[in-house]
Amino acid sequence: MAPSQKTAKVCRNPDLICGVGKFSRSKMYHKRGLWAIKAKNGGVFPRHDKKPAEPAAAEKPPKFYPADDVKKPLLNKRKPKPTKLRASITPGTVLIILAGRFKGKRVVFLKQLTSGLLLVTGPFKINGVPLRRVNQAYVISTSTKVDISGVNVEKIDDRYFAKQAEKKKKKGEGEFFEADKEEKNVLPQEKKDEQKTVDAALIKSIEAVPDLKIYLAARFSLKAGMKPHELVF
Amino acid sequence: PFKRYVEIGRVALVNYGKEYGRLVVIVDVIDQNRALVDAPDMVRCQMNFKRLSLTDITIDIKRVPKKKTLIAAMEAADVKNKWENSSWGRKLIVQKRRASLNDFDRFKLMLAKIKRGGLIRQELAKLKKQNAAC
Repeated sequence: MAPSQKTAKVCRNPDLICGVGKFSRSKMYHKRGLWAIKAKNGGVFPRHDKKPAEPAAAEKPPKFYPADDVKKPLLNKRKPKPTKLRASITPGTVLIILAGRFKGKRVVFLKQLTSGLLLVTGPFKINGVPLRRVNQAYVISTSTKVDISGVNVEKIDDRYFAKQAEKKKKKGEGEFFEADKEEKNVLPQEKKDEQKTVDAALIKSIEAVPDLKIYLAARFSLKAGMKPHELVF
Repeated sequence: PFKRYVEIGRVALVNYGKEYGRLVVIVDVIDQNRALVDAPDMVRCQMNFKRLSLTDITIDIKRVPKKKTLIAAMEAADVKNKWENSSWGRKLIVQKRRASLNDFDRFKLMLAKIKRGGLIRQELAKLKKQNAAC
């Protein structure tokens, strides 16, 4: 059916009070126009005969009857929500990474990926942190912002960080030892170039602010007398 | 033995409670322990003397003045400037500034301290050399 304009649903018999309608049965009979339907059909209410029932498809008896009744697990229709980004984290914010290889490093936030992880870069030249994904929970956001307008990270997505699919190796008996030695993880040149382009614009805007470069190169640590719950980041 | 007295017009600093850190004026004394206290930007209320730290500043008012009179008297006595120039007031301002420092600010502060220490040591070395020479 072609979509038609929806007329507002009008109630023919509004409730005076719960359970009591405004109009009586005979009035409602008249309102619904059942008299007109009957008149059209020659004084009787139209009857429709049952449609001939289609023969049910012959079911084959099952090959296998399980010994016990096993319960089927209930259907899970849950759709995970996109991760909410903390209000203090905006593109260009300096973040402090709290765990992992780069713990304590101060790093620039670029954007949030579709998986919810944060895309972050050192920049590599300054503190050795490459284009990397980091979870929001392992990060302190500072109130220092870097101008990120010259940086283009549209192309980088979660797929950029996916593991390279390994080629299937044929099992050769004598080749086991040699094959293991050849597996070296070299960063493909494209990733190195991508890093350079992203960092070039960033480093320019970082050098515009005095001391920011040394700041990003240094690691964060708690010193004597620093109370984390009283610190303003 | 006592230099700062509780009197009408004595300016005090609130050192406990919701109004922590606020400068208020003692406007009336209720009984042995409590005072009626007022400030230009707050509703007049009673406070225990234990919550107040008396300052050196007093203003000239009668008992329980109207808000307008109070504000006028505070302007006349120039409470704000006197407080901000006093050593106590200046210390508080510095404390607040230090507490509100950013992570980047703390880093810059560390660099500045190192630089200053270096300069001092240079001067000291010069003076030592002079002394050793003579």
